[in-house]
Amino acid sequence: KEQKDFVRKVSAGCRISFFLSFAAVKYRDWLSCGRGKLTARERILLLLDPDSFDEYDMFVEHRCSDFGMDSNKNKYPGDSVVTGRGRINGRLAYVFSQDFTVFGGSLSGAHAQKICKVMDQAAMVGAPVIGLNDSGGARIQEGVESLAGYADIFLRNVLCSGVVPQISLIMGPCAGGAVYSPALTDFTFMVKDTSYLFITGPDVVKSVTNEDVTQEQLGGAKTHTAVSGVAHRAFENDIDALLNLREFFNYLPLSNRDPAPVCECHDPSDRLVPELDTVVPVESTKAYDMLDIIHSIADEREFFEIMPSYARNIVVGFARMNGRTVGIVGNQPKVASGCLDINSSVKGARFVRFCDAFNIPLITFVDVPGFLPGTAQEYGGIIRHGAKLLFAFAEATVPKITIITRKAYGGAYDVMSSKHLRGDANYAWPTAEVAVMGAKGAVQIIFRGKEANAEAEYVDKFANPFPAAMRGFVDDIIQPSTTRVRICHDLDVLASKTQSSPWKKHANIPL
Amino acid sequence: KQWDKCLKQDCPFQWQRKERMFLEGEKIACRSSQDSYCFFSRQTFEKLLIANRGEIACRVIKTCKKMGIRTVAIHSDVDANAVHVKMADEAVCVGPAPTSKSYLNMDAIMEVIKKTRAQAVHPGYGFLSENKEFARRLASEGVTFIGPDTHAIQAMGDKIESKLLAKNAKVNTIPGFDGVVKDADEAVRIAREIGYPVMIKASAGGGGKGMRIAWDDEETREGFRFSSQEAASSFGDDRLLIEKFIDNPRHIEIQVLADKHGNALWLNERECSIQRRNQKVVEEAPSTFLDPETRRAMGEQAVALAKAVKYSSAGTVEFLVDSSKNFYFLEMNTRLQVEHPVTECITGLDLVQEMIRVAKGYPLRHKQTDIPINGWAVECRVYAEDPYKSFGLPSIGKLSQYQEPLHVPSVRVDSGIQQGSDISIYYDPMISKLITYGSNRAEALKRMEEALDNYVIRGVAHNISLLREVIVHPRFVQGDISTKFLPEVYPDGFKGHKLTDLERRELLATAASLYVAEQLRSQRFLGTARIPVAKSKRSSWELSVRLGDGIYPVAVSKDGSSFSPCLVSQQVEVDGMKLNVTSEWNLASPLLSVTVDGTQRTIQRLSRNASGDTNIQFLGTVYKLQILTKVAAELSKYMPEKAAEDTSSILRSPMPGAVVAVSVNPGDTVSEGQEICVIEAMKMQNSMIAAKTGKVKAVHCKAGDTVGEGDLLVELE
Repeated sequence: KEQKDFVRKVSAGCRISFFLSFAAVKYRDWLSCGRGKLTARERILLLLDPDSFDEYDMFVEHRCSDFGMDSNKNKYPGDSVVTGRGRINGRLAYVFSQDFTVFGGSLSGAHAQKICKVMDQAAMVGAPVIGLNDSGGARIQEGVESLAGYADIFLRNVLCSGVVPQISLIMGPCAGGAVYSPALTDFTFMVKDTSYLFITGPDVVKSVTNEDVTQEQLGGAKTHTAVSGVAHRAFENDIDALLNLREFFNYLPLSNRDPAPVCECHDPSDRLVPELDTVVPVESTKAYDMLDIIHSIADEREFFEIMPSYARNIVVGFARMNGRTVGIVGNQPKVASGCLDINSSVKGARFVRFCDAFNIPLITFVDVPGFLPGTAQEYGGIIRHGAKLLFAFAEATVPKITIITRKAYGGAYDVMSSKHLRGDANYAWPTAEVAVMGAKGAVQIIFRGKEANAEAEYVDKFANPFPAAMRGFVDDIIQPSTTRVRICHDLDVLASKTQSSPWKKHANIPL
Repeated sequence: KQWDKCLKQDCPFQWQRKERMFLEGEKIACRSSQDSYCFFSRQTFEKLLIANRGEIACRVIKTCKKMGIRTVAIHSDVDANAVHVKMADEAVCVGPAPTSKSYLNMDAIMEVIKKTRAQAVHPGYGFLSENKEFARRLASEGVTFIGPDTHAIQAMGDKIESKLLAKNAKVNTIPGFDGVVKDADEAVRIAREIGYPVMIKASAGGGGKGMRIAWDDEETREGFRFSSQEAASSFGDDRLLIEKFIDNPRHIEIQVLADKHGNALWLNERECSIQRRNQKVVEEAPSTFLDPETRRAMGEQAVALAKAVKYSSAGTVEFLVDSSKNFYFLEMNTRLQVEHPVTECITGLDLVQEMIRVAKGYPLRHKQTDIPINGWAVECRVYAEDPYKSFGLPSIGKLSQYQEPLHVPSVRVDSGIQQGSDISIYYDPMISKLITYGSNRAEALKRMEEALDNYVIRGVAHNISLLREVIVHPRFVQGDISTKFLPEVYPDGFKGHKLTDLERRELLATAASLYVAEQLRSQRFLGTARIPVAKSKRSSWELSVRLGDGIYPVAVSKDGSSFSPCLVSQQVEVDGMKLNVTSEWNLASPLLSVTVDGTQRTIQRLSRNASGDTNIQFLGTVYKLQILTKVAAELSKYMPEKAAEDTSSILRSPMPGAVVAVSVNPGDTVSEGQEICVIEAMKMQNSMIAAKTGKVKAVHCKAGDTVGEGDLLVELE
């Protein structure tokens, strides 16, 4: 009987919404062959510490009276969202979890009101907001009230931005207007195979552009984590996603008023990392894996990578140094030589700005041959997008530590958290090459190919860290194995760093 | 006296005197007694080149340092950062990665010798160590080859010649008769002469075809009847081969040491029976099998052979030994063996040092009566390979973490790599030789167990699980071993340690306790928070641990009042049984020491993630566990099963290597079992076959490509 009720509720939603028709059919599939998804409350149960959830607005009902919605069988206490606050590893978080079993999780005025309430509270108290999204879209019966609800949420997303961390975990369909709330939050995670994000579904796409495309291709986890860059990471299933979210939450400060959290750490801060002395290959054209370096210096080799499959020529993510959360940005020589292009610049810039907004120190590993040349990049506006990364690093006032592992060529050298952009500690490994460009290109320009030994001379002069060190643009040339020690010491000192920028309403980042 | 000068108080090299005191007869002055930075005695070589890489190069350099000899390392371009290169006083690159172009490149090596003015060359093992051409070229340049002369290398390198030489030197060779046997009586006479058991077969039949084993006269007659019939009918050749059959052969070898003055010693035996694909895995000295008489007989024959070929330097005479302690000469290796450390451990000699002395022309300074057997030594060869695939298929990668178990007492590790080193496809995948010794075998084995548990190797697959299983196997512990040990004990291939119920409970309890420690720590934030962190009042955890196919409920509760994430004493309930787990978890350390119900164990947590997946190395074998809270485990039954990849229609490389040949093109039809391509890795060619009949959809490799493990090679439709 219970199951019948479920189906009835779902098919009620089915009649209403275009997106729902697909979703409801799917949902019945889940009912028949293992659900594949958890309910809204089960999700909260796994996300929060046991017995820590305090629910709000359990008695709120929707206020729609058209289309027979005011009949008793169409009223559900709490409507289609569960909201409240709770603790993750003892730390406060505000949560809302959309309930797909009630009108397909569609957004009514009351639903929006509940979400706005937790967001307002979160902003006042200074604690993160976590949204578990699983909604068919607007509740069409409510018309403009539903749209107004979206806008209310969007406004709060924007007002909270930079005040408290906002995380969206997409655990089902999310379409139409609904997608903009996750897009406005700091991090969007997805669940593989069961979650979708798109402006319009495949049917509308077909009717408008005559494109044949599946849900998964159009807005599945793979698309958004690897192609569009909309989502920051995807997880195997609901449980996996929620457990990872708990772990991720530990990296974040509760608000912009809090310093980066410091966890108890068993990894000695003065640990030497001998393998770093040999990690950079002798030939400067040979690639290596920047992740090897990051793993080996981070506490317990733990690194929570953000956007691991998008713009892989730059690596960003969170780690801890002596227990303290840091944001790590590194060029990845293994992919496209680690050059900066449109996607990697935007990926890096957004991450740097998040860290700056929430007092998370930045550690930058530089091995960059420059910006990617070519018409595709120029037409795409690499100048505009590359400027975002430059802007983000320059405006950041959190502690900034930079290690040049190998190449730091041209404008990309300036961009990658250089001394000139208020870097606090800039180091070079002995393998560093800080120059305007590589030897071959430089010699062609300077000597027009006439000088035979010019390349060797250029390499001798510039393919090393000394010119930069002599001018004070790098603070020291360090033995790679001591990198972890140096960073930990610097972070201790820089914890009390204060730096300000001129008064402004807000800066005008080249969007 | 030479030493007088160095007795001054401020001599910075004073300690070296001690090192050199026992080099009696080779007066060496302390370096500080000379004005120049380095002074070397005329009494030994000034500079020595090591024509090898890896652990043996490091091993030779260590002895050279002790003797005050300057060292020159050679290396290929990929080895530029290798340990032996760093250890040597000088290092020269001799070519690109493939051995034929670098470590076997005689022209380049001769060039380096000339350039660096090295006076001697130690070839290590493998590469040029038994190459008579190399020895000859060195001799013609007036450079000393540290090893026997060309004559001995040549004589012993030839299977037939070495057998003849051995026979003449009255060394036991496998007795046999090859020719026409008139009748059954003659067959019996021959068999009796040889001694039972004997093997009878037609001479013309190759390999083990038509082979019959006879243990007495009756069986010999029968065997003669069948074999002679077969010989006549199948091959049209009456000749029969009657040879001693060696049942359950053991591989035991005698280390010999000879000088250029006709003296030779035997330095006891090494038991090397544990082998896979004719490669030794575990060696020990002495052998459990030999009694003093057999040992002496073998040793004396080995010395006789060495004298017969006018051998000098260290060498090894290999014997097959049957179950009744008859031994038969197999071959002689005219080089330093990989497993020489076990001999060094029980005799106290430094074989490399002795080799250098002998090469310089000194007579041996020991008498046969000086050679002791002190205690017991065991050596395990730690390879970068996956023991679950035919006892070991090579694995490559970067050693992301590497820590030798040198904190365990009486452990010696001979290695040529360090944390961050690459194990590449070009060279032997040996990571190290792990040697433990003790006053008796049991002690040495116990330490080996401990050493293997404390060995941290991350980033490549390794054979520690296999090694650890072998050394604790009852048959091995009793000394009941033969060259067929591995296939006999693991007829279906090695599958890792089989947990007993008790061990399984221990593992589950340990894993659960570790999980709780981790959970507790993740709630501990340092500093004062603006919004106070809620303190968890939990004192018990209900967990569900998945191990293999089983899912086990585990309850963890705190034991006593003291309770912090670091020092955990917990009561863990598995299968309704309570276990006490005590450990000072250091969650950053690769080695974790834990006491479960009084049993102390060292485990390694290889990885963990937020999803609860935990890999734990327990008793040498890595177990995959998934630890979830009870709630999460109950809900996980609703999670969709992810479809597994259909492996029959795709062919992936089982190991890293180079593609030698691809025998199909897209569009071809292949039948099941047909060869698709050949992959060469570490001296082995592996034929990749089709798992089903079908049409080739795409070929993703071509001859000459380098492929990694798991790379897609060919897709079928």
